[in-house]
Amino acid sequence: MSMLQVQGLKVAYGGIQAVKGIDFEVAAGEVVCLIGANGAGKSTTLKALARMVPAQGSVRYDGHDILHLPPHALVGRGLALVPEGRGVFGRLTVAENLRMGAYTRRDTPEIARDLESVFELLPRLRERQRQTAGTLSGGEQQMLAIGRALMGRPRLLLLDEPSMGLAPIMVQKVFEVIRSVSQQGMTILLVEQNARLALAIASRGYVMESGTITLTDAAATLLDDPRVREAYLGGE
Amino acid sequence: MDIFLQQIINGLTLGAVYAIVALGYTMVYGIIQLINFAHGEVVMIGAMTALTVIAGLAGSGVPPLVIVLAGVLAAVPVCMAVGYGLERVAYRPLRHAPRLSPLITAIGMSIVLQHVAMMVWSRNFLAFPQIFPNPVFFVGGAAITGVQITIIVLSLLIMGALTAVVFRTRLGTAMRATAENPEVARLMGIDCDRVIALTFIIGAGLAAVAGVMVGSYYGIAHYTMGFVLGLKAFSAAVLGGIGNIAGAMLGGFLLGLVEALGAGYIGDLTNLCHLPWQPDLVAARCAADGHLVLFGSNYQDVFAFLVLIGVLMFRPEGLLGERVGQRA
Repeated sequence: MSMLQVQGLKVAYGGIQAVKGIDFEVAAGEVVCLIGANGAGKSTTLKALARMVPAQGSVRYDGHDILHLPPHALVGRGLALVPEGRGVFGRLTVAENLRMGAYTRRDTPEIARDLESVFELLPRLRERQRQTAGTLSGGEQQMLAIGRALMGRPRLLLLDEPSMGLAPIMVQKVFEVIRSVSQQGMTILLVEQNARLALAIASRGYVMESGTITLTDAAATLLDDPRVREAYLGGE
Repeated sequence: MDIFLQQIINGLTLGAVYAIVALGYTMVYGIIQLINFAHGEVVMIGAMTALTVIAGLAGSGVPPLVIVLAGVLAAVPVCMAVGYGLERVAYRPLRHAPRLSPLITAIGMSIVLQHVAMMVWSRNFLAFPQIFPNPVFFVGGAAITGVQITIIVLSLLIMGALTAVVFRTRLGTAMRATAENPEVARLMGIDCDRVIALTFIIGAGLAAVAGVMVGSYYGIAHYTMGFVLGLKAFSAAVLGGIGNIAGAMLGGFLLGLVEALGAGYIGDLTNLCHLPWQPDLVAARCAADGHLVLFGSNYQDVFAFLVLIGVLMFRPEGLLGERVGQRA
């Protein structure tokens, strides 16, 4: 059974139907990407899953419908979103940001252990743990946002445009981190405009176009698909 | 008697109360950008509740210290309930409304609370019973009373405790996270409505203590006492930089000092008899009375608002505030 099963998901924003009834699923251990042009409805889809925008349809996570849950109830169920634009708390220190990631947890010794493994994965954060997050570079903030999400011990990680606004070298580093997180067995749903990067890391992909899913296949197949190459990979 | 030192002592006492009240304004503003104009009324309800309990127990043989503690312990939960009620009934339903709506609602709640208090406690000035001897100590030619010492020391302790809560605890971190970005705070599993309610409750608890302080300092309570006090504390919060906790403390003490020194010296400074050249009319009055004062210490209240106007004109972000864009 799929870990996440989405059926007929619709999101309307101020009169505009941003997501027009889409179906997709993510199985445990998979990395699935949602690619498409700016404004195709990818980020809106993730926001709907995280209950940040009202949506209709059925979203089953671990067999339970989560569309009626308040947004703050999701972390405790193992579903974490790394939001678009990173959303770190700029006035809080790096360590405080990470601790907020574990806000719902009470297992103090385990939290300390997870903090240690986040620092091992993202050593820059250890060096800067006493600095306020606002003083970090964009790439470091993205790392922090990912580390913070990991502190909630998610079983499904939703990543919204992790490459956005980062220098190419930083994008490489962020994707290395995502790859190593997935190699540790994390299930990931990745929304990304950079289709090449996303398909390189994912096992399967969905292509979104003006609110609907137009194409889905194994990532390797999509990389070779002429329509995808034409539209999203610069037509090489 | 040393007037300067005396006014410093009075100013610190007043400032301590302003600071405690200003914290309530600034915490609520920091988290939901609302100026809770009903906050001064919460202070008044604290003073009234404590007065009722203290007057009721006075002369019953219960030790005075226990009576005062009972007054505070009654005022704090009552005010917390009022603060929570305000948030739940008046402000939460307007969370996504234009910012002017909750602001006007806050002014409305201030009027409602005043009049409820008038119905409960009458429109008379009520005397705080003097159940304690109030010892007076003399330092360097100035007098400081036991009540003043208690107010200053207690408020410093409260400020220290509050700072520790906000900057050292999980709840405080959640508060700061919610203040900065409620949407992302929810993603962390933070129930923002609960954190906001707790902010109101903490602010109201502080207001209760401030109410007891100000009541026992002046010895009287009245259902309108919270209004001007609230405006001054709000001015103090703006002076320090609204939304900034250290700013509220600094602003409170500064405003208290400005007010006390202003009240202490304005009479001398506007005494026309000190003028080197005096028109006949003035000279005649000076010869008769020895003084002709333009503004007396009854102009005390003016200083807080002069400070407010000055800050808004020259440094709208306040002393410790960050420069932010227009967010009306």
